[in-house]
Amino acid sequence: MTNKIQWEFPQALEDEAIYILRETAAQFERPAILFSGGKDSITIVRLAQKAFYPGKVPFPLLHVDTGHNFPETIQFRDWLVESLGLDLRVRYVQDSIDQGKAQEETGKYASRNALQTVTLLDAIEELKFDACIGGARRDEEKARAKERIFSVRDEFGQWNAKMQRPELFDMLNGKIQLGENVRVFPISNWTELDVWNYIRRENLQIPSIYFSHEREIIERDGMYWPYSPFLNTTEEETPFRQKVRFRTVGDMTCTAAVISEADKLEDIISEILEAKISERGARIDDKRSEAAMEKRKQAGYF
Amino acid sequence: MEVLRITTSGSVDDGKSTLIGRLLYDTHSIPQDKMEALHAASKRKGLDFTDLSLLTDGLVAEREQGITIDVAHIYFSTPSRKYIIADTPGHIEYTRNMVTGASNAQVSLILIDARKGIVEQTYRHFFIASLLRIPYLVVCVNKMDLVEYSEARFNQIVEDFQELIANATFKAPSIKFIPISSLYGENLATRSEKINWYSGESLLEYLEQITFDHADSSHPARFKVQSVIRPKTDAYHDFRGFAGKVVSGHFNVGDEIISLPSQQKSRIKTIEQFETQLTTAEARQSVVITLEDEIDTSRGSMLSKPENAPALLKEIAAQVCWMDQTKLVPGKTYLLQHGVNRVKAKVQQIQHVIDVTSNKIVEDKKELGLNDIGKISLKTASPIFADSYDANPANGAFILIDEMSNSTVAVGFVD
Repeated sequence: MTNKIQWEFPQALEDEAIYILRETAAQFERPAILFSGGKDSITIVRLAQKAFYPGKVPFPLLHVDTGHNFPETIQFRDWLVESLGLDLRVRYVQDSIDQGKAQEETGKYASRNALQTVTLLDAIEELKFDACIGGARRDEEKARAKERIFSVRDEFGQWNAKMQRPELFDMLNGKIQLGENVRVFPISNWTELDVWNYIRRENLQIPSIYFSHEREIIERDGMYWPYSPFLNTTEEETPFRQKVRFRTVGDMTCTAAVISEADKLEDIISEILEAKISERGARIDDKRSEAAMEKRKQAGYF
Repeated sequence: MEVLRITTSGSVDDGKSTLIGRLLYDTHSIPQDKMEALHAASKRKGLDFTDLSLLTDGLVAEREQGITIDVAHIYFSTPSRKYIIADTPGHIEYTRNMVTGASNAQVSLILIDARKGIVEQTYRHFFIASLLRIPYLVVCVNKMDLVEYSEARFNQIVEDFQELIANATFKAPSIKFIPISSLYGENLATRSEKINWYSGESLLEYLEQITFDHADSSHPARFKVQSVIRPKTDAYHDFRGFAGKVVSGHFNVGDEIISLPSQQKSRIKTIEQFETQLTTAEARQSVVITLEDEIDTSRGSMLSKPENAPALLKEIAAQVCWMDQTKLVPGKTYLLQHGVNRVKAKVQQIQHVIDVTSNKIVEDKKELGLNDIGKISLKTASPIFADSYDANPANGAFILIDEMSNSTVAVGFVD
């Protein structure tokens, strides 16, 4: 069987996600959307807009800014917040470092990806969020495949895979003790292809780095790393210009580029259908070990 | 594009994970880098072949113990539909996970090792599929390669299974038997040449042709209200819409409705999906409904039609599957959640406990602990608007929440 072009978005997935977002608004006092500027969180914002229309999106957006973002992502974030009239809160990893709560990594693989967790947990406590809505999907990674829609975290943000609440039919139980919080994953059942088909159907704007563009990159461990002041390079690693695009948007220090000419959504979708590399295969942070994601999730990461 | 949800249940070594891995492989759903990771992981384990089952066994503990301990979700697509597999463990101590995985499924996939035939777990899996009224049952007789693709062996297992079904309280309207070899991909994506005596569809061919009617008018119209949308902006000053989900059946603009628990009636003015005005909404759709009149309706209310509205139940008899380490305490008050509606409920009595392997009542057992299934009676503080699970599964299930721990301790099916 070959993969024919699949343009059609399964509508059941939108209905399910809207139902989950409405449950989140109803069951929690202070829910928020965790917004990274990536395509998954852009999708969440769209779903929230549709779920409560003609009312307003009842959630603020929380962005944990590592300081190592692609400038295009920040630009896009501000444009989206402005055009939809959203309420954006930003908390900075740099502040956590300055307060001595997080320590900058060293060496050529240094990234602030893991440090985000510290800032995120502090922000949840400070802003008293009892539910944080994220765009994580079960198909991204094997530890995420076991994640619930309403995932309870303890005071330290920890995920306990063995103590998860059963979720039956569409009934969601968001009851928690004081100090606990819940991570909510409305697009758990979507795949990367579903997200792209949705972006196409809804005609959503996305940051320009998802499309083919020329940029300075270096080659390391068989992957193309975006060259930036945040990346520690060795003398042998010389940057060169290349037409690339990004399949996921993380930090400039943990997201690898793919060589691509795709500059339209249609081309991106075709590329995914033929892709030889999985989405998170371009995430340098996942390559640290086989259980990298599971370990980060236990510590409070998404 | 349709979404088809499948639950798989199987024993540790009957090749369930291999079957799923193989389906993904044959539908080109495994990207190259994941395939390479599988090669490497298989080599580390000292295997001389690529172990596709490693794809689904996600957690470190599972990889260490070589077992599946939770529900994992796996996704793949064909040009015609999207598939979601809830992969659950088969041991008796994971009955609750099996029930969880099965709760959203339209298809139950039961694996039988051709060498062993029907074993204890087969009875359990069949019992759960029956309890949940899963409409499609697919029995895959696996490891046919190890019985020399014997037709006689396959027929014997089919016969044994038919006997098992004969004693069941509920039979899936559709049962399909397929001889397969998940290790070699026989009869999975494509028809097997080695099993030439079998003329039916391969597993994927069979799944591809399953159809559903979501507007199914044999089920009564039910709409659960999640929230009331009142924007109070200039443009929508008087807007009052009920955001929620069609549970079963369908609603049209102009239909007369009754709201429960208030029992007030009105007519549907509009059905809205964001900026689009719909004329009808069917089961599983998330929409906003506005009414002609201002009637008492809020979160937890249910809209239905006057001619077949659900009864207001305060005394409930139900089958339950207990899901918590702490046993059910008769006389204790729990929180009962039916759809999005929560009420306090007291367990009156445990009537009996069922042995899920034999489908018989366990004599002298009057307590429900983790993974036990039995029948109880409940009394609620205010009415719920449920149908019997048998008549309308989408509106017949509930969960029980322990107010001390906040855990979901049970799922119930209204009698």
